[in-house]
Amino acid sequence: MKLWKTILAAAVLSLAASTSAFAARTDLVIGIALEPPHLDPTAGAAAAIDEVLYANVFEGLTRIGPNGEVLPDLAESWTISDDGKVYTFKLHTGVKFHDGTDFDASDVKFSLDRARADNSVNAQKGLFAAIDTVEIVDPATVKVTLKNPQGSFLYNMGWGDAVIVAPETAGTNKEKPIGTGPFKFQSWAKGSSITLVKSDNYWGTPASLDKAEFRIVPDAAAAVPALLSGDIQAFPFFDPDSVAQVKDDPRFKVVIGATEGETILSINNKKSPFDKLQVRQAISYALDRKAIIDGASAGLGVPIGSHMSPANKDYVDLTGRYPHDVAKAKELLKEAGLEKGFKATLKLPPPTYARLGGEIIASELRDVGIDLEIIPVEWAQWLDQVFTKKDYDLTIVSHTEPNDIDIYSRKDYYFNYDNPAFDKVIADLGVTSDEAKRKELLGQAQKILADDAVVGFLYELPKVGVWDAKLQGLWENAPIQANDLTKVKWSE
Amino acid sequence: MTAYLLKRLAIAIATLILASMVVFAVLEVLPGDPARLMLGLNASADQVELLRNQMGLNAPLALRYLHWAGGLLSLDFGRSYTYSVPVIDLVRERLAVSLPLALIALALSTMIAIPVGLFSASRRGRAGDTISMGAAQLGVAVPNFWFALMLIYVFAVWLQLVPAGGFPGWSAGIWPALKSLLLPAVALALPQAAILARVTRSALIEVLNEDYIRTARAKGLPYRAVLWRHALRNAMIPVLTILGLQFAFLLAGTIIIENVFYLPGLGRLVFQAITQRDLIVVESVVMLLVAAVIAVNLLVDLSYAVVDPRLRTRQ
Repeated sequence: MKLWKTILAAAVLSLAASTSAFAARTDLVIGIALEPPHLDPTAGAAAAIDEVLYANVFEGLTRIGPNGEVLPDLAESWTISDDGKVYTFKLHTGVKFHDGTDFDASDVKFSLDRARADNSVNAQKGLFAAIDTVEIVDPATVKVTLKNPQGSFLYNMGWGDAVIVAPETAGTNKEKPIGTGPFKFQSWAKGSSITLVKSDNYWGTPASLDKAEFRIVPDAAAAVPALLSGDIQAFPFFDPDSVAQVKDDPRFKVVIGATEGETILSINNKKSPFDKLQVRQAISYALDRKAIIDGASAGLGVPIGSHMSPANKDYVDLTGRYPHDVAKAKELLKEAGLEKGFKATLKLPPPTYARLGGEIIASELRDVGIDLEIIPVEWAQWLDQVFTKKDYDLTIVSHTEPNDIDIYSRKDYYFNYDNPAFDKVIADLGVTSDEAKRKELLGQAQKILADDAVVGFLYELPKVGVWDAKLQGLWENAPIQANDLTKVKWSE
Repeated sequence: MTAYLLKRLAIAIATLILASMVVFAVLEVLPGDPARLMLGLNASADQVELLRNQMGLNAPLALRYLHWAGGLLSLDFGRSYTYSVPVIDLVRERLAVSLPLALIALALSTMIAIPVGLFSASRRGRAGDTISMGAAQLGVAVPNFWFALMLIYVFAVWLQLVPAGGFPGWSAGIWPALKSLLLPAVALALPQAAILARVTRSALIEVLNEDYIRTARAKGLPYRAVLWRHALRNAMIPVLTILGLQFAFLLAGTIIIENVFYLPGLGRLVFQAITQRDLIVVESVVMLLVAAVIAVNLLVDLSYAVVDPRLRTRQ
């Protein structure tokens, strides 16, 4: 009997010990669909790199907040000269890289000069194009002089591609990233997972989590059992089609937010008959956005009427510009001399929104007499044929870069769109930093694109996040593709 | 025997050289530029060109082939475009998952298939045969990703006996690593076992009709002894052939199962490398697999000689 009592007491004790351990849970396993090709945000366009490292391991002068706002980061404050050309950044002091070396103004100069150098392979080199010189005033002050005023400069410096790296480790960041953030890199089991741990000598508010593991789960069907079994506690980017399986489960939170992904039916504006305004407008009238969102994105996603996220402060609602109107579409085609309709191709990249949306769009366009041949392509083919060689009629793709309305003014961009009036607005925008004026210009730009029906504007790609109901602090929206863990913690 | 071996070896080497040319040529005509894929939509054409130069993609085709093939000879498989690490390191990491997985699955499949095949063949046409061959038919027909998901829901979500997927690495300990390979191995083994059981059964039935089996029975050997010692041994040749093919498949053709269980195996490495146009990885891994298949076939050929002494003397 006595033995039993002892065992019982020991069991109770160990139970108590383990519950108190539960209360302070500090580890997290996050599921991501794509594995980053490497771990250097300054040397590749893959969104998966930022999804692991942005704000966690690497920091920039500024950073983008949960709702797309520009926040100070390594720069604690800044002043802008009256002509808008000189930015003087005051840097935080006492900042250390994860390898123990000090961060100062020379690292900023090195990083910015490296990104804009002739031999730079930074995927977003355009962010740095306006920079003329970067000067070290003192170890805690950097002066950046621009060639011309640039309204979006502070925002640009918040991109993952503009993070600050150390000259000693810049060459090896692909394998072993060394940054200044609240988490440091621990290990990468290729094809399997990437593990970050809390940095002990972080300059700012330390993270609540001690350890965060990003586990690569490429198959959407595997994500649900991984959540249900508790192996993985959060999928910040979840497949919309699988939401129904977890949305009524009280153990999980389903959070639907906005992204910067304008999903559009891109049109080759130089190719006949799409060079005719009436034809492009007819396509816009033929599209039923609600049906497309229901079919391609499980009913999640907000319709758009131009190239701007509805979550953006400068958004103008133009969804009423081309209501779904088959008769009107047919009438416009008749005006264009195409009352008998015509044949065209629709090239679809791999994402579900494109493949499913493509079928719906093909059937909607058939109703107005446009007969589409669907051609599925993989990403490499899409980049080669559609994006680089512009060998396409129509395609569907989500443009996920934030604030990217200027792509329509780029020469030689795959839309083949050329409108001097639009280019003028974008050029003006480039040199305007006054908020009110920028808003007005951005409004004009959105209206021109809608009037010209440059592409078929469909909807804003939703960000569907599913995670453990006890988890707090993950981003609801995705103003940039990142999983900022700096404020994430377990409740209880 | 030596002449036979030398001939087989010469054929193997010729096959390897031919395969290397085909693999290289096929991947070269594949549309898509690895540099553009790495830099994304916002990079300029000049920048893509710069990266192409840095990656050595602008060298003439023949030169690049010779460079690659020459490297293979000295066991240098090149560096991955996307990961920028030696391909051999990537392969070694993936083999640490794929090889044990393939071996476990193969062992499971053999342990199920041979007894079932024996059982069915010895009860040909009776209820036991019908039931087990019906089950085998089902095993062949059921889509393996669906079967895998059912296994996950039962053993990982409901019973919580094993993880739902992922691989902790051998450094996490033998048991946790083995545990994470258990369900995928079962999911891989069952369809293979179904095929193997059917092959075993039909091979056995053929052998059981031979005269020497009747003789063995007539001289008073018990049925079981005839079945195991005489029949099975003679039925082994088609079974071994299928086993050899299955091993090659299990090593690299398991992409679907690797995806469902998110295992970092060889199949996913190749798949990912193709979508990212990491051509050097695709080329080198495919060559390694070609070599593995040739080696397995050679082994199977040799094992024929072991099970069938007549083949030894004939050469």
